[in-house]
Amino acid sequence: MASMTLRDVQKSYDTVEVLRDINLDIADGEFVVFVGPSGCGKSTLLRMIAGLEEITGGELRIGDARMNDVPASKRGIAMVFQSYALYPHMTLYNNMAFGLKIAGKSKEEIDVAVKRAAKILHIDHLLDRKPKALSGGQRQRVAIGRAITREPSVFLFDEPLSNLDAALRVKMRLEFAKLHDDLKTTMIYVTHDQVEAMTLADKIVVLSAGRIEQVGSPHTLYHHPANRFVAGFIGSPKMNFIEGEVASIGADHVKVQLAGGTQLVAVDGSNLKVGDKVTIGIRPEHLAIDASGQIHATVTAQESLGDHAFVYTTYAGAPDGLILRVPDEDEYVHGRVIQLYADPNRCHLFSADGNACPRVKLQAAA
Amino acid sequence: MNDPMKAPIWVGVLGWAVALVIFMPIFIIAITAFKTEQDAYTLSLFFTPTLQSFHEVFERSHYLAFVTNSVIVSFGSTFLSLAIAIPAAYSLAFFPGPRAQKTLLWMLSTKMMPAVGVLIPIYLLAKSAGLLDSVTGLLIIYTLINLPIAVWMAFTYFNEVPKEILEAARIDGASAWQEMLHLLLPTSLPGLASTALLLVILSWNEAFWSLNLSSSNAAPLTVFIASYSNPEGLFWAKLSAASLLAVAPILCLGWIAQKQLVRGMTFGAVK
Repeated sequence: MASMTLRDVQKSYDTVEVLRDINLDIADGEFVVFVGPSGCGKSTLLRMIAGLEEITGGELRIGDARMNDVPASKRGIAMVFQSYALYPHMTLYNNMAFGLKIAGKSKEEIDVAVKRAAKILHIDHLLDRKPKALSGGQRQRVAIGRAITREPSVFLFDEPLSNLDAALRVKMRLEFAKLHDDLKTTMIYVTHDQVEAMTLADKIVVLSAGRIEQVGSPHTLYHHPANRFVAGFIGSPKMNFIEGEVASIGADHVKVQLAGGTQLVAVDGSNLKVGDKVTIGIRPEHLAIDASGQIHATVTAQESLGDHAFVYTTYAGAPDGLILRVPDEDEYVHGRVIQLYADPNRCHLFSADGNACPRVKLQAAA
Repeated sequence: MNDPMKAPIWVGVLGWAVALVIFMPIFIIAITAFKTEQDAYTLSLFFTPTLQSFHEVFERSHYLAFVTNSVIVSFGSTFLSLAIAIPAAYSLAFFPGPRAQKTLLWMLSTKMMPAVGVLIPIYLLAKSAGLLDSVTGLLIIYTLINLPIAVWMAFTYFNEVPKEILEAARIDGASAWQEMLHLLLPTSLPGLASTALLLVILSWNEAFWSLNLSSSNAAPLTVFIASYSNPEGLFWAKLSAASLLAVAPILCLGWIAQKQLVRGMTFGAVK
């Protein structure tokens, strides 16, 4: 078990900078998820922690020890690869025993550790098979088993579920959560799937274009995104964005002029001035159909998901359109104009540079 | 008739025809070796087989000494080439620097130079180093001329090994040496085996350097065959018997290893 600190960590290939200003504290036993779109540098960051990529600048500490120049084999970590990276010529038993054999552990110790891990992962009946005789899910378990047997101080997972089918992904996701509960070891998990991030993480690190956009609990990221990128990235379907201009600024709200109406947003607008271009963010579940609503949107499609449905609309102020969540039994035909109401307390406001205004609670008299 | 998995008949016929053409010289050598010198001048398939030529060959020259030299030189140089080529290919395949591709091409380019172009410098070098007509000298020369091929082939096979397997081993605590020993070598074994076999064959067949740099002490089988073509004329039956004795060991090795060889050559193409 160990905590981890990254200070001003940076990575460049020749003149191309792929990661910069990475500052992060990971507590002992925490489950941290790195999430971000493809190419944002999340896997590179994980590989730097693992010792598979050199750290160009800054400092990495695991526990109290500086790890920049410690080889991967000596960092006390275990990693599960996206491709599983099982040793193809070895049986499962030997796959899981390899690290312990290298470490010079006795036969008895190895046997105990391998059997224990196999039991946890329900692969104890497969131990004398070779990886090619296994299904994707089983291979994934072996890869995890190989990591567990070594009792590392930190587990690293590089998109471990992306090669599995949807049903298995959900199942394995729960197992990861259970594994973390059982082992209570620091885990770092890389994914581009924000559902995995939301369900597993104690702490999510959102990366974009080589920078950390925001670090926080799933709740914080969902309800208090620091900027437009995080707001749009976390949540499915993604948050609606409506372009507007600041009309007036109150103590606990900002009034925004939209195309054909105004909208109150309960934020601290002290950084803004009247006339500034801003973007309102509102999640699909927080848009309501209401005759008093000033947003007149035109329905383009309805997507039924059984227990609820999403209605897709176009609206002059929203280049990407607006999506709202409705009960499944309601039906909205193409071309119908609906009036939408957004609760000011549920809205987010982003300034022209993309940063969020701090949200506050709207007083009743507003 | 239209089974897509079955090759059309002409492919089979062509294959057999090509195989026959390639095999013909070996076949002629094989039957000539069992003829008398008089019969040897005809291509007739009807003759009384005799071991006379073999007796004369064994009487005239010390076959075993030549075989021993051939075995030492070809297996020894193969071992040395691989010992140097495997680490080189490992580093080129898994930790390529900015000049890795150029280095590989440069290595291959050395094979494009005609050997005769460096005969005199190498002869003089071998002479001053006391390596003329010595097994050590041939070992060094064979190792060096085969090294580019060994590096290229090992590099190709290593490229087929998923990088993550080695990374996983590194994280599992393995040193570079353990990575090579426990993962790289076992997973690329078919490829390396066919590389080794090819190197043995190339060294076994090598005639240019062995004829020029050795005469008696270190002479391998190529020199043994050449000794039967002399100013008094060609003795076809004895020459054939000697040739058959020279190619027989490597032919057997190739036969035994053919499965491995084919697997190695197509390694990666079929997963």
